[in-house]
Amino acid sequence: MAINESLSMKSIFHAVTYFLLTLTPAFAIGEVTTYTLDNGMEVVILEDHRAPIVTHMVWYRVGSADEAPGKSGIAHYLEHLLFKGTDNLKSGEFSEIVAANGGTGNAFTSYDYTAYYQRVSADRLGLMMKIESDRMQNLKLTAEEVLPERDVIIEERNSRTDTNPNALFSEHRQALMYKNHGYGIPVIGWRHEIAQLTRQDAIDFYKKYYAPNNAILVVAGDVEPDEVLKLAQAHYGPRIPSDAIKTRVRPQEPPKRAPVHTVFEDPRVRQPYVIREYLSANRKSGDQAEAAALTIFAELLGGSGVTSFLGQRLQLEQKVALNVGAWHSARSYDRDGFGMYVVPAQNVSLQEAEDALDAALTAFIDEGVDQEHLDRIKTQIDASTIFEQDNQESVARSYGEGLTTGLTIQDIQDWPNVLAAVTAQDIMDAARNVLDPKASVTGWIRAPQEAAK
Amino acid sequence: MIKLLTLCTAILFAAIPAKAELNIQEVTSESGIKAWLLNEPSIPMISLNIGFKGASTTEPDDKLGATYLMAGLLEEGAGNMDATAFKRAAEGLATSFGFDSSRERISITAEVLTKNRDASVALLKTALTQPTFNDTAFERTKAQVLSIIARNQSDPEEIASSTFNALAFAGHPYARPYRGTTESVTALTQDDMRKAHASTMTKDRLFVGVVGDITADELAIMLEELFGDLPENGAPLPEPIKFQAAGGTTVVDFDIPQSTAIWGHQGIAQDDPDFFAAYVMNRVLGGGGFTSRLTQEVREKRGLTYGVYSYLAGFDQADYYGGSVSSGNETIGDAIDIIKHEWDRMAAGGVTDAELDAAKKYMTGSYPLRFDGNGKIANLLTYSQMNDFPIDYPKNRNSYIEAVTKEDIARVAERILHSDKMRFVVVGTPVDVPSTD
Repeated sequence: MAINESLSMKSIFHAVTYFLLTLTPAFAIGEVTTYTLDNGMEVVILEDHRAPIVTHMVWYRVGSADEAPGKSGIAHYLEHLLFKGTDNLKSGEFSEIVAANGGTGNAFTSYDYTAYYQRVSADRLGLMMKIESDRMQNLKLTAEEVLPERDVIIEERNSRTDTNPNALFSEHRQALMYKNHGYGIPVIGWRHEIAQLTRQDAIDFYKKYYAPNNAILVVAGDVEPDEVLKLAQAHYGPRIPSDAIKTRVRPQEPPKRAPVHTVFEDPRVRQPYVIREYLSANRKSGDQAEAAALTIFAELLGGSGVTSFLGQRLQLEQKVALNVGAWHSARSYDRDGFGMYVVPAQNVSLQEAEDALDAALTAFIDEGVDQEHLDRIKTQIDASTIFEQDNQESVARSYGEGLTTGLTIQDIQDWPNVLAAVTAQDIMDAARNVLDPKASVTGWIRAPQEAAK
Repeated sequence: MIKLLTLCTAILFAAIPAKAELNIQEVTSESGIKAWLLNEPSIPMISLNIGFKGASTTEPDDKLGATYLMAGLLEEGAGNMDATAFKRAAEGLATSFGFDSSRERISITAEVLTKNRDASVALLKTALTQPTFNDTAFERTKAQVLSIIARNQSDPEEIASSTFNALAFAGHPYARPYRGTTESVTALTQDDMRKAHASTMTKDRLFVGVVGDITADELAIMLEELFGDLPENGAPLPEPIKFQAAGGTTVVDFDIPQSTAIWGHQGIAQDDPDFFAAYVMNRVLGGGGFTSRLTQEVREKRGLTYGVYSYLAGFDQADYYGGSVSSGNETIGDAIDIIKHEWDRMAAGGVTDAELDAAKKYMTGSYPLRFDGNGKIANLLTYSQMNDFPIDYPKNRNSYIEAVTKEDIARVAERILHSDKMRFVVVGTPVDVPSTD
């Protein structure tokens, strides 16, 4: 029962070497079969016959950004409550059945989706479908179960966020970026609102969003598509579609009119840094080119430690940074962030670090793309279609994530080609477009000044 | 990392592929360098997992952190390449390297395309055998390590585990911070890097697992190429040590809304005849999943925590039985009381037939899930060799689980579980949890 927040700062020491696995979803893992059940539930089947294992996932097109005002955290709270009883299973029995069949499983919630999964021996797929389809519409919640689970979530918030100044800082910056959109509210919810959530809130949310025509079944592993479809029709087929499911339209951001700058102080901070995010283009169905250019721009700028543009300038040449990074969260339903950070070297102030970052961005725009660097990134994109085949679960996730963030199967399969087609000119156009100071939030995190001296 | 290490160790006792047709071969090079290989040609790639036993535990007391920093520098300049040249070469080959060092392992991984195999191996060899530890990379990486050490000083889990290790293994290298201290790392020199390299990355400490598109004959040649030039013998490994801390509680005051607690006492050795009984018992008591007694009592019934776990932690030279929990400052005392109560209940009564049956079904049935990817299997192959498992262990492992009886568990529970010997370390501002120090 986990939460998927947008990217926070990665480990300082070992730079991310596996970026391409996240950069290039789902391309070549054997055959991909898709289908839509009569009740509107989409089905994606990914064959991987190396081991007699299956990953079974159900993704709902609902996340925290779909919550009503004042009810933050309800999507995630409901996700926890789905492990309680149904008309057919007593509380906790779901997990017992999975474990007794040698399976593992869990669930996760993000801004745009809520997903449930099990990994199990391939011959148990039907049983997993039986219990997963059961809790799609037969959940039964009692007051005795609902209240302790709310306390669990308060403890989860304590563990993830309230004991960690970097997480609190991230939550604070996100709220500054989104004045109107639900991405400004943490997935786990604001503490004071979680404390007020009720059993009825959970039931209302469940009734509104949990239906086959708002769900996607992803099955990956040692399976035959015909068999999977038969099982899916038998178990998910009887679930009743909801008339209430509509295309998601969320409140959008108004025009950004001024840069935002914030200083976050917490006595627990031992390593200050500066981090900036710009509101940016996400992947849209049939229109992924700008997001692809931004994804590669992020790699050029700060995706690979010292070989990246910021690494070369700020770490190696100017020696003002201990570490740098850049990312683009292309996978979201609505516009999301293009971000970068600089961890200043000793005796370099946050102001100096931010100035160096601005100067480097200007230099990048002036100098243009280093073609050799772009070629190396293209080589890695090409190779990732091979490495990707080794990771069944990650491919399954990229389909679920894509389909719950407004993409089609075709978009997901096109993505490596869209990335490969990005030119230096595309990157410069996208860079100029995204680096609009008015659409940026810059944050400093440090210990309180008197304590820092 | 320390906590992750022990958790992983505990989990990995079970983590060997069980697939009957899994054909693991031992490959030996011309000069006697060994590796375990799983030939898996369906994807044109190779996963290498290289481990060196000992690592920071072999450091002198006045060079703490030398091995950790050294391992971080391996990719920061080698042969005639500086950091940029080395990493650009790896990017051009689409090869992913990982270099890391924890308490008693240096761990190096590589994901290599078959078509770039020879060039990738040549590049890796320069990092293993000819790191330069040049001035700029040394100063830059040292500053990064110092930053990590500073950050960890305000991380509740890091504070808990460093405090715990200092108590549990007093006087032993396990009590020391493997990343070093601000003072020790500041004082390290490039010469210390060369010494750490020569004394830890040696043939007698080397273990290799390989999975992917490569034959045994090809691997034998690769082993010679990669490791043939390493020195023969490393610095001596530390002596075995028993769990040193007495029962009680150490509170580390830290202003956070939730307390983090870890605990432990003496555990059970992997070669003990009752090890598997203890292992199955732990699954029932607190070994993960929503069905364990600790999760049921502390989380599901009372909502006191997001996560509570127990684990059999196996270091090379020590075994302890430990666990972790986080709970609000007002409720951590209740959580600890319940955990102790569950310790006593298991020690006195063992498990029920239904619990034993459910644990066995999970543990044997989930075994094949462990081998879902070449890189993960390569890691398991290295781990198995480091722990002296026989090469046919995967075939027999489930039968060891199946053989465990209720009586075995009752016996081992009474023997190893002692709530009065549990040593807790609590970081936070816990209410009504007095320090016994």
